[in-house]
Amino acid sequence: MDVTKRKFTPSSLILLIIFIIISVFALFPLFAIALGSLKPSTEILRFGLNLKIQPELLSFKNYSFIFNGGTDYFSWYKNSILITITSTILCLLFTSMVGYGLAVYQFKFKNLIFGLVLIVMMIPVEIIMLPLYKLTMGLGLMDTLLGAFLPFVVAPIPIFFFRQYASGLPKDLLDAARVDGCTEVGIYFRIMMPLMAPAFSSMAILQALHSWNNFLWPLIVLRSSEKLTLPIGLSTLLTPYGNNYDVLIAGSVMAIFPVLILYIFFQRYFIEGMTAGGVKG
Amino acid sequence: MANSNLDLHKNGVVAPTKKKKLRDLLYSQTVAPYFFVFPFLITFVIFFAYPVVTTIVMSFQEVLPGQVSFVGLENYKELWNPTFLKAIKNSSVYTILTLAILIPIPLVLAVFLNSKVMFAKNLFRSITFIPALTSVVVAGIIFRLIFGQQEGALLNSILGIIGVEPRAWLNHAGTSMFTLVVLATWKWMGINILYFLAGLQNIPKELYESAEVDGASTWRKFLHITLPLLKPISIYVFTISIYGGFSMFAESYMLYGSNKSPNNIGLTIVGYLYSKGIEQNNLGFGSAIGITLLVITLVITFIQLKFFGMFKKEEQ
Repeated sequence: MDVTKRKFTPSSLILLIIFIIISVFALFPLFAIALGSLKPSTEILRFGLNLKIQPELLSFKNYSFIFNGGTDYFSWYKNSILITITSTILCLLFTSMVGYGLAVYQFKFKNLIFGLVLIVMMIPVEIIMLPLYKLTMGLGLMDTLLGAFLPFVVAPIPIFFFRQYASGLPKDLLDAARVDGCTEVGIYFRIMMPLMAPAFSSMAILQALHSWNNFLWPLIVLRSSEKLTLPIGLSTLLTPYGNNYDVLIAGSVMAIFPVLILYIFFQRYFIEGMTAGGVKG
Repeated sequence: MANSNLDLHKNGVVAPTKKKKLRDLLYSQTVAPYFFVFPFLITFVIFFAYPVVTTIVMSFQEVLPGQVSFVGLENYKELWNPTFLKAIKNSSVYTILTLAILIPIPLVLAVFLNSKVMFAKNLFRSITFIPALTSVVVAGIIFRLIFGQQEGALLNSILGIIGVEPRAWLNHAGTSMFTLVVLATWKWMGINILYFLAGLQNIPKELYESAEVDGASTWRKFLHITLPLLKPISIYVFTISIYGGFSMFAESYMLYGSNKSPNNIGLTIVGYLYSKGIEQNNLGFGSAIGITLLVITLVITFIQLKFFGMFKKEEQ
């Protein structure tokens, strides 16, 4: 953006040093666990996680152990992928509809409904965990993948974001489509939804990342080992005896890996999506 | 509400044939908005309003399998116990410390990143954001092992170089809080920098230019232009940090590998709720904990809005 030529000044150097230190702080824990995943788990148990590199100890044994099966790791991975994809698609479909409805139409309860969205946004979800747990039991959804995401699929932040985005869409397109004989729902799916593509990308990232990393609710709902998601499964490996540290460490690295790869390619949408709450119209 | 309105509309339409009626419905601009907001309305009722009401009611009940009885304020009276007070204290200290670190430092770093003399802005922005991508679970695993009590664990081995004795970081109240705060700083620093960067980009450049004409120093520009104009985004970051702080649970759960920590030094309000409500299946008492959390967050939000609001008046 900035086209003016910049000169390298002493203050540039100070700032660079500050940010190099910050970057090291941001990256070394990830480096430490990546390095740890190449060490025998007995080593981790005895010495903890550190940055010592002893080439003779490094190997991909922990990874080949996971890939040889015998653990539920890939069930967790599969469950996480399944929940992430399903909940993201449903979340985007529903919240975009709601956001669009609130932005484009004038109707009686519009402000009331938007107020309700804001209330949902303002109340910490932890408060309704127990009644939701009771409700989920009543609905027979305990220990099911559906139960692990259904209550939170129509999330308030994406509604808010889509509403902001849809308010900026050209209204004359609506009238043109109506004149052409398009139904109201048709207008949304054929004309407006494609126009909201950038908002969809950001919200897809936000929702997918949330779903991939979600902890408390799946911890409550999912019980049997083969039904767990990746974060919950990994958390069960954290025992004081450290007998599962090979799967734990290598498994953690494999849990971050897809996110990092996607981040490299879709950085812009990650940043837009994850800071969406701060966008003010 | 929506349904009655819908019915009313249907009845109001004078439709010669069924087909015509359906056609009208598809094209009606009165019905359409309710169709669009329907997914929210139904999930709001089932998964929000109903649970909120249930939890308020349950907080006055003793909920046993197959037997529910009203116990008045008994659950709330029971809340007054050392364990819950410790949980409140832990959550409050954690919130205050994360606020004290995760607002001023990211703000200043964002100003640095945005400055004219800064190089490789995008690179550093991308790198500082990476920790936000990791799940609390993975972050917890990493920090548990870095802050391990073994002599060879990263932190102990670094401190060993300068002659500090290895310690069991997670076994003592002060150091375990320190670990939690370092974890939070690591995970949220980048995202808060981004919030403030977004705020900075909304500040009109002309303001700085005219200040420069007037001969204002960098410090004065920061104090009189940047800070006041970053107020809206700061309030936002402040608010989400308070909510995040008081509802912290997973971080502590992961550092200790379960909801149990020595002497409850890692117990948080949500941890107590989880322990009573889920682990011990005491839904009534658990609900009372939840309502307390709600009251705490609402009171703080109210005070904060009031404070920032008064601030605003003073300026004018």
